[in-house]
Amino acid sequence: MKINTKFLGSVEIQEDEIIFFEQGIPGFPNQQKYVLLSLGKDLPFLVLQSITESSLGFIVADPFIINSTYSFELTDTEKNELNIFKPEDVLTYVIVSVKEPFEESTMNLLAPIVININSRKAKQIVLQDNEKYPLHYPIQHTKGSAV
Amino acid sequence: MLVLARKKGESIMIGDDIEVKIVGVEGDLIRLGITAPKSIKVYRSEIFESIQSENKQALNVSASFLEKIKKNKENY
Repeated sequence: MKINTKFLGSVEIQEDEIIFFEQGIPGFPNQQKYVLLSLGKDLPFLVLQSITESSLGFIVADPFIINSTYSFELTDTEKNELNIFKPEDVLTYVIVSVKEPFEESTMNLLAPIVININSRKAKQIVLQDNEKYPLHYPIQHTKGSAV
Repeated sequence: MLVLARKKGESIMIGDDIEVKIVGVEGDLIRLGITAPKSIKVYRSEIFESIQSENKQALNVSASFLEKIKKNKENY
């Protein structure tokens, strides 16, 4: 099927690429279906794009590239909600708030997006240890990394 | 909404395994002690609100973002 996207125009996607957020994403409870789209091979960013609302496209990044020590534990409730049985089921992204200039952009490490790559179920979860992983983590920490 | 009056040291139960206790009252500041299973997340409601507004803010990306980021990619 073809969808309209925020950054990439019209894009052809497959049904099995769709990621389902049962509760939506906080702030957007009514939009449940998204896809992850690459912005370019060499870029560490992707777009989490709603398949029905083209303006709803979040820039996301792999948090482990930015902060290799980033780690959190899923609660049993979250594991059940997403049918997660083993760590290999999980793919994690964080939402990037892009600012001008780009060096001032931040990442939301407090509320990562957890995707079960097998069931395609996903949720933006809230970590309790929010002193360590803030809502606004400066992206410039990534500078000089291997990416 | 259920409204209950409680004194310092008293508590309420939510279901069988969540207890909310009034630990202290100082003026308009109330301290709560919450005992809940690990599977239940407890956080101040402002945190959820701040995530909602951060998500909305994060959508505020100019269309030229892609070109800029491609130009700068050597740096990231």
